[in-house]
Amino acid sequence: MNAPFEGIGASVRRKEDLRFISGRGHYVDDMNRPGQLHAVIKRSDRPHAKINSIDTSAALAAPGVVAVYTSTDLAAIGGLPCGWQIHSKDGSPMAEPKHPVLAEGKVRHVGDPIAVVIAATKQQAKDAAELLHIELEDLPSAASILDAIASGAAQVHDNAPGNICYDWHIGDKAGMEAAFAQAHRVITLDLTNNRLVPNAMEPRAALGDYDSSTGDYTLYTTSQNPHVIRLLMGAFVLGLPEHKLRVVAPDVGGGFGSKIYHYAEEAIVTWAAGKLGRPVKWTADRSESFMSDAHGRDHVSTAKMAVDKDGKFLAMHVDTLCNMGAYLSTFAPAVPTYLYATLLAGTYTTPVIYAEVKAVFTNTVPVDAYRGAGRPEATFLIERLVDAVAYDLGMDRVAIRLKNFIPRDAFPYQTPVALQYDSGDYFATLDAALKHADWAGFPARRAAAAAKGKLRGIGISTYLEACGIAPSKVVGSLGARAGLYEVANIRVHPTGSVTVFTGTHSHGQGHETTLAQLVVEQLGIPIANVDVVHGDTAKIPFGMGTYGSRSLAVGGSAMVKAMDKIVLKGRKIAAHLLETDVDDIEFKDGKFTVAGTDRSKSFGEIALTAYVPHNYPIEELEPGLDETAFYDPKNFTFPGGCHVCEVEIDPATGIPTIVNFVAVDDVGRVVNPMIVEGQVQGGIAQGIGQALYESAIYDAQGQLLSGSFMDYTMPRADNLPNITVATENTMCTHNPLGSKGCGEVGAIGSPPAVIGAIVDALKDYGVRHMNMPASPEKIWSIIQSRPAMAAE
Amino acid sequence: MYDFAYHKPSSVADAVALLGDSEAKALAGGQTFIPVLKQRLNKPSAVVDLSGLGLSGITVTATTVTIGATTTHITVANSAEVKKAIPGLANLASWIGDVAVRYRGTIGGSLANNDPTACYPSAALALGATIKTNTREIAADDFFQGMFTTALEPGEIIVSVSFPIPQASAYEKFRNPASRYAMVGVFVAKTASGVRVAVTGASQGGVFRHTAFETALSANFSAGALDGIATPADGLNSDIHGSAAYRAHLVGVMAKRAVAAAA
Repeated sequence: MNAPFEGIGASVRRKEDLRFISGRGHYVDDMNRPGQLHAVIKRSDRPHAKINSIDTSAALAAPGVVAVYTSTDLAAIGGLPCGWQIHSKDGSPMAEPKHPVLAEGKVRHVGDPIAVVIAATKQQAKDAAELLHIELEDLPSAASILDAIASGAAQVHDNAPGNICYDWHIGDKAGMEAAFAQAHRVITLDLTNNRLVPNAMEPRAALGDYDSSTGDYTLYTTSQNPHVIRLLMGAFVLGLPEHKLRVVAPDVGGGFGSKIYHYAEEAIVTWAAGKLGRPVKWTADRSESFMSDAHGRDHVSTAKMAVDKDGKFLAMHVDTLCNMGAYLSTFAPAVPTYLYATLLAGTYTTPVIYAEVKAVFTNTVPVDAYRGAGRPEATFLIERLVDAVAYDLGMDRVAIRLKNFIPRDAFPYQTPVALQYDSGDYFATLDAALKHADWAGFPARRAAAAAKGKLRGIGISTYLEACGIAPSKVVGSLGARAGLYEVANIRVHPTGSVTVFTGTHSHGQGHETTLAQLVVEQLGIPIANVDVVHGDTAKIPFGMGTYGSRSLAVGGSAMVKAMDKIVLKGRKIAAHLLETDVDDIEFKDGKFTVAGTDRSKSFGEIALTAYVPHNYPIEELEPGLDETAFYDPKNFTFPGGCHVCEVEIDPATGIPTIVNFVAVDDVGRVVNPMIVEGQVQGGIAQGIGQALYESAIYDAQGQLLSGSFMDYTMPRADNLPNITVATENTMCTHNPLGSKGCGEVGAIGSPPAVIGAIVDALKDYGVRHMNMPASPEKIWSIIQSRPAMAAE
Repeated sequence: MYDFAYHKPSSVADAVALLGDSEAKALAGGQTFIPVLKQRLNKPSAVVDLSGLGLSGITVTATTVTIGATTTHITVANSAEVKKAIPGLANLASWIGDVAVRYRGTIGGSLANNDPTACYPSAALALGATIKTNTREIAADDFFQGMFTTALEPGEIIVSVSFPIPQASAYEKFRNPASRYAMVGVFVAKTASGVRVAVTGASQGGVFRHTAFETALSANFSAGALDGIATPADGLNSDIHGSAAYRAHLVGVMAKRAVAAAA
């Protein structure tokens, strides 16, 4: 019997799912250490206020309370560092106000931590937190971007005049102006990108532990990148050397970017564990997550496209204001600049682009990368602008895209905004999506819906994104304060089974399966003989973690490089055993064979020889079969594709229902088609959430009105259609796998397709664009306030 | 939540005695109360669990459906007798909250709490139900007295609710997209003595009867009879999910759909 196919391309069932679906996952809040204490954070309920006094005496006297700390206790601790520095147009560095672990003198957003109460039980800590007497003096506040940049606006930080963090630009301004002056027409679109709350299923949690006999600290935390946390917290906040600090991110229940960043609570529990000599645990309540997890998106933009009379794009100008929130989260400055404006060519040949981005401080929760990080904002802007161009010129939405697509033979393609795309075929993904969606049959479906009294519309998005941010040298020159390589250690055990130690982190993506399939493919052993270890700085080499759909393209490539070393060493060992030259040894299907003969050694025999080197070329070769590779990519990868959405609107209520959704993506080499489909579907669920439901709404002062699931609308299963997912792949040309990444394409490509469908359904009402979320009331208002134009 | 004493009495008399403590609170299904406790929005001295009082069950006669106070929503939704006698009532119960809420939440708890966005008050009011307590019987018209306010005296416990069987009934709601509570819910009941229409979710004052709709439908029980009858937006809720004007419009849409379903 042949062994089942488990290598690249097989839909192997996820190895990790048995423990997840049987309740045996091991999350931070499941962990309890002997002598453990519980921390509760007292947070600001005001958007902006001066802290006049904090009286901790009653709280300290409460039952079970061990300690109460405020910023004065943390005087020796640094602020939370920002990992990316942007320079403004004039060359000046961005305003980078201190982000204290506990508020110093002022609170700047609802949820800003003021004090921490540590007690024997969580209930006791909560009881005591209510006994803190904190005298706050309200200050004027600014919650929205536009309020924050208005003249006379409240100042969030004294050292950020006008609330401006940076005023940055990219591209060719003079070229843009010249093209605009000569263009047939300039099409303008004002649009916003709605602010979102990530809402990972597992709330954030952190458990600090300290061993006074060794001086070793351990932080268990809900992180996507434990080594990054170890470096940021150890070196910049607490002043702990890496060898004395272990960071463990065990099973983590979703991140979507929100668990990349170094948060105050991690530093608090680690520091307090050392101070008190006892473990300290903190787990967020859901309402705490709403006001302390970094939010996503929140842009206000004006986009302009200069076109010739045939609809060819000549030049683009984008002016964007983006919300940083009250403090700079770890990678916040990079998101609306290098992960956004560099994407503005999209899938099109627009020859000249100029983009200006102003980042603004407000009295709101910090904003940082959230699934897609900058690329959803860019994609929504580009695709809505392209639809507006078609609308204003009276052109077909597909025709205008075909006219402006980057041709198949133009790769590698240099865009006018720094990026060079290595591969892609936007015609192929478009063709396949139109076929799957029966785009041609839509008019009949629209008419059938109209006969039932419904408004039906279809929308299209032909997007491009960039994953696996790299190379380190380039991102360093752009302001990154970190490298962006990845690392893998492949440990072959004496009988030939393998443990992979990866620097990436799985928080739901299925890496334990996907990465194991790479080993099956390259070393020819069954998947049952492979385990993947991640998430513990005491076990894995220094890797950068998981975000930006980088784990396979960058982390998987590091594995390939490490396995190349394993295979080369194995061939040398085999050559010795088979008494031939290494060049004569071929490795295939788990066997080292002398070319042209049936003389071979199995992978297990070679492994055993490496660890029991009795008959071994010990003069030339070290024993053991354990290799590590660091891989620094030459470029980003560039997934892209076409999403088509079809909606039906009930005109009486304005409720939109998605009746069909098709995604045809180019994600490069697919390792596990089932997992790719799941990733794409999950991303689309979040994209549909952004387009129709989700919105973090602050009132004018800065109170979060949508601060719980009672008011923040998450997409639910009954809001989602059956989603058709297919791929039309071109290979990444610069990494050894050819893979591009699939984690974010769904969230990036889908929102403009959904909004395009809504706008199309409402076309008889003169609608050209609608901002997200397209709520029933927004749709109903249009229907009831404007008489429908003559039907087609 | 804060610490509290927990009691699970086995008789109504014992429960009433325990609730004589003005800081004590009654617990029925707990689908509102437990989240309130968890958020520390309420600090009772004692929680008196009503689930041991034997108040669950459904009795149907030729004229009346009587439902015990601690009967869960799912029991009402799945009851063949209720489906036959008052299909609108079974339907209403079948999509309250989510599955977990329907298996724990009770009719008595819902009525006693009188959440302005709860579903059951609309059925009680439209059907002219009688709410029986440990001391008296209260007509639905007198029971609901504004949001989270009822005619119940401190310590008074609902024992059962009796619904006269109408000729036809139906419930339609527009769900709050986030919470799935009724943003606008309309219950329509047609009886020999006329049509009653009750609206939940929409008003700042909680459930109310829509007399203009009742008059029109009593004359002509069809969706078309409601054409041109506007619902005033004054006094309706307005929030991030919908303005008062939108809710006023939805009252008409939901009423027409309920009438169409009942007719």
